[in-house]
Amino acid sequence: MAETTTAQKSVKFIIERQDAPDKPSYTEEFEIPYRPNMNVIGALMEIQRNPKKSDGSSTAPVCWESNCLEEVCGACSMVINGKPRQACSALIDQLQQPIRLQPMRTFPVVRDLVINRERMFNALKKVKAWIPIDGTYDLGPGPRMAETKRQWAYELSKCMTCGVCLESCPNVNDRNSFIGPAAISQVRLFNAHPTGEMNQEERLDALMTDGGIEGCGNSQNCVRSCPKGIPLTTSIAAINKDTTKHMFKKWLGI
Amino acid sequence: MNDRNSYFPRKLHSLLGVIPLGLFIVEHMLTNFSAYEGGPEGFKDSVAFLNGLPLVFFLELFGIWLPLLFHGVYGLYVAYQSNLNTGRFQYGRNWAFTMQRITGVVTFIFVVWHLYQTRYQVMVGNVTHEELGGVMHDVANSPFYLVLYIIGVIAATFHFSNGMWAFLVSWGITIGPRAQRISSYIWMGVFVICSVMFLMSLFAFRGDEFKEAASAALAWANLV
Repeated sequence: MAETTTAQKSVKFIIERQDAPDKPSYTEEFEIPYRPNMNVIGALMEIQRNPKKSDGSSTAPVCWESNCLEEVCGACSMVINGKPRQACSALIDQLQQPIRLQPMRTFPVVRDLVINRERMFNALKKVKAWIPIDGTYDLGPGPRMAETKRQWAYELSKCMTCGVCLESCPNVNDRNSFIGPAAISQVRLFNAHPTGEMNQEERLDALMTDGGIEGCGNSQNCVRSCPKGIPLTTSIAAINKDTTKHMFKKWLGI
Repeated sequence: MNDRNSYFPRKLHSLLGVIPLGLFIVEHMLTNFSAYEGGPEGFKDSVAFLNGLPLVFFLELFGIWLPLLFHGVYGLYVAYQSNLNTGRFQYGRNWAFTMQRITGVVTFIFVVWHLYQTRYQVMVGNVTHEELGGVMHDVANSPFYLVLYIIGVIAATFHFSNGMWAFLVSWGITIGPRAQRISSYIWMGVFVICSVMFLMSLFAFRGDEFKEAASAALAWANLV
């Protein structure tokens, strides 16, 4: 058809907003022009450029966090149409409209879609998710890692601490001190490392304190939600085995 | 170590669910099934066998009462600590997680009520062990009680079967996804078998042959 003007396609958004951590939340609707291959971040940038609600009235631009734009940093995690995921890899063409954006409320909301994921960093510190190699002299090269082990350990190293597994977990909430799936999988990663293995008991001990691994209730939402496909429930079960063995060894004094 | 440590009570809760409570529910199922297989005499014999066990008071105290109390009360706390998010995540395992908590609470209430109707009445002397078949005859013939018993029994067997699945994960026995999947098939099979056996026993108690003992139990049953 020889039409020179076509109806402008648009994308509808319903965004849950909050002005400050202690302020009540409210929703606002937006309608922005469609562009091919658009993602949710692109749509949020459009709202930032022209912060008008769908009824035409002005509002403050929506706040969000993003960084890498290729689903490796985890900064733009939010709840999109009910599921926690990264906004950068959420393509408009694949989403049902109106698109609902909410902050991941498992974490304290800073403003709009911006959340504070500090508890995940604290969890990594609690389980000592690193390999201590510093010494007063050259410790020399560490033991080598078997290639077969490296292959599955690499999958665990893809964790970007995005918080999606904690958001999907029914046992991560304000009545429960559960550390969450991500840190447990990191314990498995660092305990698998030939040098990290030398401190494995410290990490297991950390998971056997309040809010540790026993908080897992096996709902297995984490493994279904993880954007990097990390076998979180396998990690949890493997560390269940290690902590159980560690517990009996400590009781028996061996 | 931390002063307030939830690891050991949670681990104990998990262990007690299997030993002795898991073993007990299987024993209870087999005892009940003797009512289906052997009628009033078979059921009486099974009850007499259990009461004839040596140190039966201590077996009951350490094998049933105390573990049940801890598992039940701590279990209520575990259920309180969980969000139910099947609305957002409608995966099978998440439903099982949710049902584990719901059936846990239902089973707790059911067990307290069931103990009051049977074991407590024996303890205070309203009925004897021999008359329990009659008590169950009255229960199974009341449509209201029967429905509550069916709900309670199915909740208990689900909680046991799915709890066994979770126990194997929580103690690091079934680790990989394949092991956990096969385990879930096995335990769902156990759930069906246990439910059917319990319900067959329950309906066996409806038979007239259990009636004679029923009249003796009738006096207190009106009070319940």
